[in-house]
Amino acid sequence: MAEKTFKITAETGIHARPATQLVNKAGQYESEITLEHKGKSVNLKSIMGVMSLGVSQGAEVTIKAEGPDADEAMAGIEEIMKAGLSE
Amino acid sequence: MSKLLTGIGASSGIAIAKSFKIETPDLTVEKKNIENAEEEIAVFNKALEASIGELEVIREKTKQDLGEEHAEIFSAHILVLNDPELVDTIRQKVKDEKVNAAFALKEVADQFVSMFESMDNEYMKERAADIRDVSQRVLAHVLGKPIVSLAEINEEVVLIAEDLTPSETAQLNKKYVKGFVTDIGGRTSHSAIMARSMEIPAVVGTKSITDEAEKDIFVIVDGIDGKVILNPTDEELQQYRTKQEQYEEQKKEWAKLVNEPSSTMDGHQVELAANIGTPNDLDGVKNNGAEGVGLYRTEFLYMGRDELPNEEEQFQAYKKVVEEMNGKPVVIRTLDIGGDKELPYLDLPKEMNPFLGFRAIRLCLEKDDMFRTQLRALLRASAFGNLKIMFPMIATLDEFRQGKQMLEEERGALLEKGVDVSRDIEIGIMVEIPSTAVMAPQFAKEVDFFSIGTNDLIQYTMAADRMNEQVSYLYQPYNPAILRLVKMVIDASHQEGKWTGMCGEMAGDPIAIPLLLGLGLDEFSMSATSILPARSQLSKLTKEEAEKAVEKALQMNTAQEVKDYVEKTFLN
Repeated sequence: MAEKTFKITAETGIHARPATQLVNKAGQYESEITLEHKGKSVNLKSIMGVMSLGVSQGAEVTIKAEGPDADEAMAGIEEIMKAGLSE
Repeated sequence: MSKLLTGIGASSGIAIAKSFKIETPDLTVEKKNIENAEEEIAVFNKALEASIGELEVIREKTKQDLGEEHAEIFSAHILVLNDPELVDTIRQKVKDEKVNAAFALKEVADQFVSMFESMDNEYMKERAADIRDVSQRVLAHVLGKPIVSLAEINEEVVLIAEDLTPSETAQLNKKYVKGFVTDIGGRTSHSAIMARSMEIPAVVGTKSITDEAEKDIFVIVDGIDGKVILNPTDEELQQYRTKQEQYEEQKKEWAKLVNEPSSTMDGHQVELAANIGTPNDLDGVKNNGAEGVGLYRTEFLYMGRDELPNEEEQFQAYKKVVEEMNGKPVVIRTLDIGGDKELPYLDLPKEMNPFLGFRAIRLCLEKDDMFRTQLRALLRASAFGNLKIMFPMIATLDEFRQGKQMLEEERGALLEKGVDVSRDIEIGIMVEIPSTAVMAPQFAKEVDFFSIGTNDLIQYTMAADRMNEQVSYLYQPYNPAILRLVKMVIDASHQEGKWTGMCGEMAGDPIAIPLLLGLGLDEFSMSATSILPARSQLSKLTKEEAEKAVEKALQMNTAQEVKDYVEKTFLN
C-alpha cells in the first residue's frame, strides 16, 4: 500500500481538467486508489466522486493506493500532481 | 393560413425549406420488476456503448471544426459514462432490486444530479446539467428512442429549436441546414454567433417558434428583418424568393469589393475591420475583405471551460491570429469578463448591478496573476505581426497607468530572458464609460488609440440596462448625446495625432455610418459579414456631405430626428 499527501497549489483547485487527468491516470491501474479530503474519501477512478469533493486551492489531499501495482500507481499520480496541480 | 413570427435577425439571408424540429423525446420512466437481471444489464451496456460512440463522434467533429478546447467538454461527458460510481451502481441496482435498467439509471443519475445541484458553487451546479445531459442520452437508448442526430439530416431543412446547444451546432451540416429559428437567444448568443460565421440565415428569440411550428411545414426565415413565416401563401413564397434572389445578387455585387480600398467618392480612406471571438473566425475575416481585426474578444478563450487558459495556449491563439492577418493590424482586447459574461470557475460573488460592478479591467488589476499571464502571452505574440493591445472598461487614467505599468514590467522581464517582443506595440483603451469620453483630451496624451464600445457607452450614458426589455427604448445610438460624446473622443485623439476606432454594433449600422464618417472616425470594426455592405455604402458617400450632415445632427433634439434626417438624406 502506498500513501502520500499533496498540497494543491493550482488556482482553480481540482476542477474538471485536472480531475479528468487524475481519473484517467487512476483508471490505468488495477489497484484501488482513493482520494481523501476533509475526512471524506472517494474513488479516484470516479470523475464525479473526485469533483464532488470540490477541492480548492490550498487544500491538502491524501492519495492511497492498494493493490498489485500500488507503487506504480502512486508514481503515475504524483507525476500528474506535479504537472501544475501541486508543488 | 400563414403565420408571421418576429424575432431577432441573427444572421442575414433568406432561407425557405421544410421545418425540422429538434425535440427531446419523451423519456418518462416507469418502475418495472424484472426476472432476468442479466438481460437488463445487457440492454444498459449496449445503450452505454452507443452513447459513448456518439459522444466520440461529436468530440472529433468539434475538435476539427472548433478546436481542442471546445471539444474538451465532450471528453468530460465520456468520462462520466465511464465512471464506476455511476455505471456499477446502476448495474448493482438492477441486480439487487430486480428493477428495469431505465428505472435504475434514472434513480442513480438523479441522485448525482441533486448532489451536484445542492453544492454551493456555480461551477458544480453546472456539472449537474452535464450529468443530466449524458444520462438522458443513455436513457434514450435504453428506451429505444435515441435522440435525433443532426448529422443524419439528408434533405434541406430549417431547424426549429428552443435553443441550439454547442453539441448541436457542432453537428450542423451547411449543405442541408438552410436556416434556423429558436425561441430564446439574442444577437450575441452562442447560436447566433455560429450562424453568422457559418453564414446560415437565422432568427433567434422568437419566444414561441417551438409552440407554433409543426413538423414538416414550409418555413421562410428572413434573417435580414428578423421575420419567420410559417405555412407561407404562394404570394409570400414568391415575394421571398424574389427577396432571396435580390439578396444573392447584392452579395455578388458586394463580393466584388473584397480587395478594394474603403474610400469615399471624394477619396477619403478609412479602415474597415472585423470583430472576432476566436482564430476560427479568420476565414470570414478574409472572405469579407477586412483590413484588420478591430476587436479580438479574448474572453472566448476563457469561456466554456473549467479553468484559466495557460500562457502557452493563449500565446498560440494570439500568434495564429496576427500571423494569419499577415501584417494587418490586430487589436486584441484583454479579458472583459463580468457583467453578462460569467466565468463560473472564478467563483465571483453575485452582484446587484453586475454591469456597474467588478468586471473587465477592474477585475484584471485585482487578479493580477491572471492578467499578467495574458499580458505575457500577448507580448510574446507581438513579435509575429502587427499586434495592438486594448484595455476594456477604463474609467480613470489611474487604471490605464496601472495596466500599462504591469505590461511594461512583463515586457522588461521577457526581454531580460531574451524573449522576442515587438518594441512598438500600440496600447489603447476602450471608451465605454462616459467619464472617459469626457476626459478624452487627457487620455489622448497617454494612450496610443481609442476604440469606442458603443453597446456599453450607450447603456452607461442613458443609464439603461441593455438586457432589460422595458427600457430598451433608451438604447439610442443616434441620440445627439451619444454623437457628441463620440465627437469629443475622435477630436481629442486627432488633436494628439492619435486615432479612434469603433467596435460596437453601431460601426456597421447603415444609419450611423454617414454620421461616423462625418465625425472623422478612422477605423470601423464590425461583424465580418457587415464589411462589404459598409464598403459599398462608403463608396457612394462623400466626406464633405457627411461632415455637413453630422454638424446638423449634433444640433438636433432627439434620436428620432437624427434617424429621419439620415434616412432622408442618404438612404433613399
